[in-house]
Amino acid sequence: MRLELGTIKIRDVQFGETTRIENGVLYVSKSELIALALRDPRLAVADVELARPGESVRIIPVKDVIEPRIKADGTEGYYPGMAGGMRTAGSGRTNVLRGTTVLTVGRIVGYQEGFVDMTGPAAAYSPFSDANNVVLILQPVDGLPEHAHEEAVRLAGLRAAAYLGEASRGVVPDEVQVYELGEAIDPTLPRVAYVYPLLSQGLLHDTYLYGADAKSLLPTLIHPNEPLDGAIVSGNCVSACDKHTTYHHLNNPVIEELYRRHGSELNFVGVVVTNLNVTLADKERSSGYAAKLVKLLGADGAVITKEGFGNPDADVMMLCKKIEDYGIRTVLITDEFAGRDGSSQSLADTVPQADAVVSVGNANAVITLPPMDRIIGDLRPAEVIAGGFVGSVAADGVLSVEIQAIMGSTCQLGLGKLTAQGH
Amino acid sequence: MVRGRYRVVHYLNQFFAQIGGEEKAGIPPQVKKGAVGPGIPLQQALGDEGEIVATVVCGDNYFGENIEAAAEAVVDLVAPHRPDVFVAGPAFNAGRYGIACGAACTAVMKRLGVPVVTAMYEENPGVELYRKEVFMIPAPRSVQGMRETIPKLAGFVRKLGLGQPIGLPQVDGYLPRGVRVHAFVERTGAQRAVDMLLAKLKGEAFQTEYPMPTFERIPPSPAIKELSAATIALVTTGGIVPRGNPDRIEAASASKFAAYSIAGTDDLTADAYQTCHGGYDPVYANEDPDRVLPLDAARALEKGGIIGRLHGEYYVTVGNATSVANAQRFGKAIGERLLAAGVDGVILTST
Amino acid sequence: MPVVHVASIVPISVTVGANRIVPAVAIPHPLGNPALPERDERELRLRLVEKGLRALQTDVEQQTVFDG
Repeated sequence: MRLELGTIKIRDVQFGETTRIENGVLYVSKSELIALALRDPRLAVADVELARPGESVRIIPVKDVIEPRIKADGTEGYYPGMAGGMRTAGSGRTNVLRGTTVLTVGRIVGYQEGFVDMTGPAAAYSPFSDANNVVLILQPVDGLPEHAHEEAVRLAGLRAAAYLGEASRGVVPDEVQVYELGEAIDPTLPRVAYVYPLLSQGLLHDTYLYGADAKSLLPTLIHPNEPLDGAIVSGNCVSACDKHTTYHHLNNPVIEELYRRHGSELNFVGVVVTNLNVTLADKERSSGYAAKLVKLLGADGAVITKEGFGNPDADVMMLCKKIEDYGIRTVLITDEFAGRDGSSQSLADTVPQADAVVSVGNANAVITLPPMDRIIGDLRPAEVIAGGFVGSVAADGVLSVEIQAIMGSTCQLGLGKLTAQGH
Repeated sequence: MVRGRYRVVHYLNQFFAQIGGEEKAGIPPQVKKGAVGPGIPLQQALGDEGEIVATVVCGDNYFGENIEAAAEAVVDLVAPHRPDVFVAGPAFNAGRYGIACGAACTAVMKRLGVPVVTAMYEENPGVELYRKEVFMIPAPRSVQGMRETIPKLAGFVRKLGLGQPIGLPQVDGYLPRGVRVHAFVERTGAQRAVDMLLAKLKGEAFQTEYPMPTFERIPPSPAIKELSAATIALVTTGGIVPRGNPDRIEAASASKFAAYSIAGTDDLTADAYQTCHGGYDPVYANEDPDRVLPLDAARALEKGGIIGRLHGEYYVTVGNATSVANAQRFGKAIGERLLAAGVDGVILTST
Repeated sequence: MPVVHVASIVPISVTVGANRIVPAVAIPHPLGNPALPERDERELRLRLVEKGLRALQTDVEQQTVFDG
């Protein structure tokens, strides 16, 4: 499988009569984008706002973040099985609008949405403060059941991103990156697999592989190109800090890094996708099954990531132990919940085999943020979203929250440079 | 303006201050000018940059018998000397002395805002009690270790005195305080993970960024002998609260717990109760809250005489991102209340 | 005063130090099963609570999972 990502660098986003790209600027037709969203009768109101890096803007509450992309060959939609025709992702040319994202905003859960600040201290904690963001603010029709509300917003975001991606047709990409595992890799290189658990715990805690609900998966092999080309979509609102947004799946940094070193420092032998279910039996089944697949791949070592925290700690520890029991070495990427003073135990479960752990930060750390000139969305949920508390929003707009509430702040795919160290 | 020497106040016990041994362990806090006992080599190590302007002394027994009051008295003696740094010990393995050093440092730091440091043997009881808040230089077990400890202690005092930032424990030579602190580093988490895995595969040295934690073990309580005479209480971390969440327990990182009366209630219903826990699909708990807090079953067992009494209140918090420290706090408080109310056993449910 | 932890993810309960543990059904409904008819579900819940009470009446020396 050979995937070409043709990236077009977007350096600014503006509203325009038509949606198009000119000189690296993405012009967005607000009316078309709104009309597109409202084609779904489950949505009553849609609005669009723009947020650029460095602006004094706070976007809240955020559900998902998606990168605008399309297949260059004209295939409609981009997310197979979800918002687009079924296709096997991971080959051919994909156009990527880099430096811009779609954010879906509007209160869904009240508990787990997050926020993004485009400037100020919180900006360093989110990858999305660096992007030119097209914010889609959505309200459902009255009385819409939660499942339908979540789905409507999810699809609206994916469709909006694909719609913006269409602007790339006819534009010469700034760069083309090729993703191909190739053959005849030096057999002395260590064989490394990637174990990729997806959150799958019910309403607003789900993830989709080609549109299939990850809850019902048995762990399976996928080609690393597939997540990079739309195979995995986020349907969840586990805490903002460590949920994998759709953007994160599309830009999975572990896959990117293993690819970067493939053929020179290691042999990237494959990806095992697994789930994070809510019963002990499912956890035992999936972890055992996934470990066996890693063994079947003939891996010498495996990188294991995690989504969410708490009970998923049990899954990751089971994976670690079972893979190590095969003689395959592991490394885990995890965030920490060490309490606001950083002195509590950071994980809910442990195994002695977990001796190689990368920490992406303590999600309980509290940050105090200045008010922003502009709020896109609604500031009030800040007091109820995970990481917020009564009194989070001061009268003058100063926001005190745990970084748990910032989109992507402790993403356990390892996209960021935040870590926590023992002092 | 000529830069002055930074001012240091040193704390010693009666023995190291050369006042006396055990027979003088009851002396109250007092102050001496300049450096005393081990303060003299310490001053030598500080050279011209820092000056030990005073030494505060207290008997180990005096301190141990009333830690808070003694610590306050020490602070009162320290304050007029306007130190830039407060240093205590080294206490080696002397337990009372180590505790006094830790307590004195904590009090000075909190009341005067002065940076502090002490030194003691890693197993000194003072370490366990005060390590989170006070910098501690590891020292050998016995006083023979004075010679090697003084320069290390002086080096740290100097950093504090000159206002230099303190880095990681392994770099700046102090005992890890068990506190996780943020840093932005050069390489991404994914890069560091692959680096670490490759090192591990090659058999090269690597350092985990998070050593696995351990959790406290509590000895099991004795079993209930006579269930039909016993009072049983229900407690949950699943966030089942009266509709509207009147006490606003947070969906994550709960800062509190609550107690709600179930007197006369046989069943938790959707109109009266809900879940406020943000970490699981709430649909099933909202349909029937008994699925998380089994009131209907417990009440039936009470009515059937299987249990003597169902306690009139249930306790709830949200176990989503709750820090262990907070969970321990809640657990202690709830336990105390239940004990005081004559409860004999608890069913704790979690999601 | 003995405490029995009724929770689904037994390894976590063990790691954090519970001494008496009763395995529950699933995270979102530890003492329930929405797939069952109401009456069966209540029966299931009663059995789990009874198991918990048996645990409270059993002396243990170390962490014990009450499974049977």
